[in-house]
Amino acid sequence: MKIGDHDWNLDPLGKHIWRGRMETGQLLALARAVKEEGGQLVALWGSDDRHLDGSFGIHAALLTSSGLAWASCALPAEAPTYPDLAHIFPQADRMQRATFDLLGIRAADAVDDRKWLRHTAWADNEFPLRKDFSPLSTLRSPLSTLNSPPPPDAYPFIRVEGDGVHEIPVGPIHAGTIEPGHFRFSIIGERILRLEERMGYTHKGTEKRFEGMDLATGAKLAGRVSGDTHSAYAWAYCAAVEMATGSQVPERAVWLRALFLEIERIANHLGDLGYLGNDVALSFGFVQFWRLKEDWLRLIAKLFGHRYLYDRIVPGGVAVDIGDGGRAELAAEVGRIEAEVRSLKAIYDEHATLQDRFANTGIVKPDLAARLGLTGLAGRASAQAWDARAQFPQAPYDRLDVSMATQRSGDVLARAEVRFAEVYESARLVRDILERLPAGELHAPLAPVSAVCEGIGWVESWRGEVVVAVRIGADGRLDRVHPHDPSWQNWPLVEVGVLGNIVPDFPLINKSFNLSYSGPDL
Amino acid sequence: MSTGILLQLAQSLLAILLAPLLMGWVNQCRAWLQGRSAPPITQPYRTLRKLFHKDAVIAHNASPLFRFAPYMIFACMALAAGIVPTIANDLPFSPAADVIALVGIFALARVFLALAAMDIGSPFGTLGARREMLVSFLAEPALLMVFFTASFIAQSTELPVIVQTLAHREFAIYPSISFAAVAFWMISVAENARIPVDNPSTHLELTMIHEAMILEYSARHLALIEWAVALKLFTYSTLGIALFLPWGIAPQGDIAALPLALLVMIAKLLLGGAALAFLETISAKVRLFRAPEFLGTAFLLAVLGMLIHFLLEV
Repeated sequence: MKIGDHDWNLDPLGKHIWRGRMETGQLLALARAVKEEGGQLVALWGSDDRHLDGSFGIHAALLTSSGLAWASCALPAEAPTYPDLAHIFPQADRMQRATFDLLGIRAADAVDDRKWLRHTAWADNEFPLRKDFSPLSTLRSPLSTLNSPPPPDAYPFIRVEGDGVHEIPVGPIHAGTIEPGHFRFSIIGERILRLEERMGYTHKGTEKRFEGMDLATGAKLAGRVSGDTHSAYAWAYCAAVEMATGSQVPERAVWLRALFLEIERIANHLGDLGYLGNDVALSFGFVQFWRLKEDWLRLIAKLFGHRYLYDRIVPGGVAVDIGDGGRAELAAEVGRIEAEVRSLKAIYDEHATLQDRFANTGIVKPDLAARLGLTGLAGRASAQAWDARAQFPQAPYDRLDVSMATQRSGDVLARAEVRFAEVYESARLVRDILERLPAGELHAPLAPVSAVCEGIGWVESWRGEVVVAVRIGADGRLDRVHPHDPSWQNWPLVEVGVLGNIVPDFPLINKSFNLSYSGPDL
Repeated sequence: MSTGILLQLAQSLLAILLAPLLMGWVNQCRAWLQGRSAPPITQPYRTLRKLFHKDAVIAHNASPLFRFAPYMIFACMALAAGIVPTIANDLPFSPAADVIALVGIFALARVFLALAAMDIGSPFGTLGARREMLVSFLAEPALLMVFFTASFIAQSTELPVIVQTLAHREFAIYPSISFAAVAFWMISVAENARIPVDNPSTHLELTMIHEAMILEYSARHLALIEWAVALKLFTYSTLGIALFLPWGIAPQGDIAALPLALLVMIAKLLLGGAALAFLETISAKVRLFRAPEFLGTAFLLAVLGMLIHFLLEV
């Protein structure tokens, strides 16, 4: 694969997906070349390969002009360090810090080496993702926690000094029922001077849990990485497993997976559009969009047996079919919902107060978005025209001709507009898929595994691109699974987007991104 | 005089007991307008009962002010409710405080609420108190302007006299009163922490004004504050009715007119509550720094009302 005029010696692993192993110096050069041609870092993770080749591994998934490049380096087991990538791709910063917290692999010359995911659940010399780490060793009985509470979690926030500067700590427990995250505001009056996020309150050990799991159960766990993005994760995981084992998926199953992904996108966008209304106290909008979402989920539950399509995508295909009656019903419902969304959009568009709240709030300018790697839906609202369904379509999107929604203004309004446009486009895709759904099998058995093998899945979820990298051991069980959530790249942009805004606008800005707390904290 | 004391007692009790009902009615209307099934109209009473049965959780560093404030706030609102003529006009309490003092009573409650909010030292309390002061320092002068317009017409700052005068004028639309009525509506919305200035049902701690100040309160303290909030809405509603729709109130010394006055008052409150719910349903909350514009407009309208009175009606 060529980037610039240098051939990087990457081999095709699948459609638009490339794979290469290299020295750490070469990885740095590759990252620079990708940055130069306008690409982005999608994911960065580590692995403990000492049981395979006596080394640690650092992996990077890079978005290039010819697709996704998965580059890996082996690091010596005694001193596992690799060159810092955050000075090329700022979004690498938190991924590098998390990689150290989990595996003890450090980016050698990184500016920010504070911990990221570790609070006090495990000690600073323990690394949960190492193969010799036993999860049971960190378990404390409730009684012992009472008698000897863990030491307080010290985290050096960056302070803003000066006359009249005031700090507000918010969370991790909030007044509403939402995921936990800590936000440290430095404000003057109502104006936000600085926002610093602190995450890691939802650590469940998911990546560790994958180890040794069989392939079918792994699909269930992968789908539960972030509950609102079930189909995308399940598909990405299954695609990775199918790539690793070299299995073929029946065509009907592939089309049904795309149908599920678009159903999920519509459901989430409807919910978000309602929430955006709710956050400016327009409960009319909230109730109307949630009524539509509820109608939609009930029909999905009726047709496929689960409101959020849990476990309907399985390795080798899908677990559920749709009949002719169901196709007609789904097509009719998606048409009705689209028509209602269009009339609700007219109300949003003409509501002066709502427009006043949305427009020019939480702006992320396109050049900043490009520099910091804003991705997915929020990226497209800031003119980052990347959509894996449009540019690097996997089957069946290569035959669906997805039209990408973009905006340039990068404010809350732009992110709402992208959601509206994507609801319409997804409605069109649902109808198109239902019409052209090929006949055939739903499921094919996976090819047997005889040696260690690897695969990667890349799916454009409603929030942004989801990547799941999988390594299967010679025993046919999972050895290492890394699910990557687009929230990794986008959370830092929330910190930037709120600057200069007023404190009461933060919840609206945050909601317009609607990022996952759980997805980047496994 | 003794009937007056009885009336006063009856009316104060009526206000204190019925205030949560008005809140329940507004919430019910809001739910209906949003297409949701509504909670029962008695829901606020159930909430109060629940809160009174709970044990209060109080921060370690709370000063006595924090415990004292809810009683003070409730007392202020109960006193205010006693002053405003609701069904009868000859109230012995009324001469004790005129409309200017009434504004002062509201301000007293607010000062205690803001002090209590800052007492604990949690950032949200301070944030809420600051915002409350921003809203109220703009709302108060506008409210005074509305009262001055009415006072100029009645040649008195005493509420019974104002109501008597306004109720017995021949029916006509007075431009000054119309301007004052619109201004009063806008002020009431801001003072009662309703949309578009504040959102009483939000769970987003960073956007709150009123709710941020009472986040640390629980149990009986919270119950008293919630009750005081309902009383405040009730008082503002009856005040608005007394000033701008006074017809039907029982004249001095006419006990026989009371039942009818009560019915008329209930009908007016039902209408007013429904109107509030309707306006809240179609509005969104304005950006915090638009609230001064909103209240500035209210002040301007109130001043216009007063000027028009001098230019056209004297």
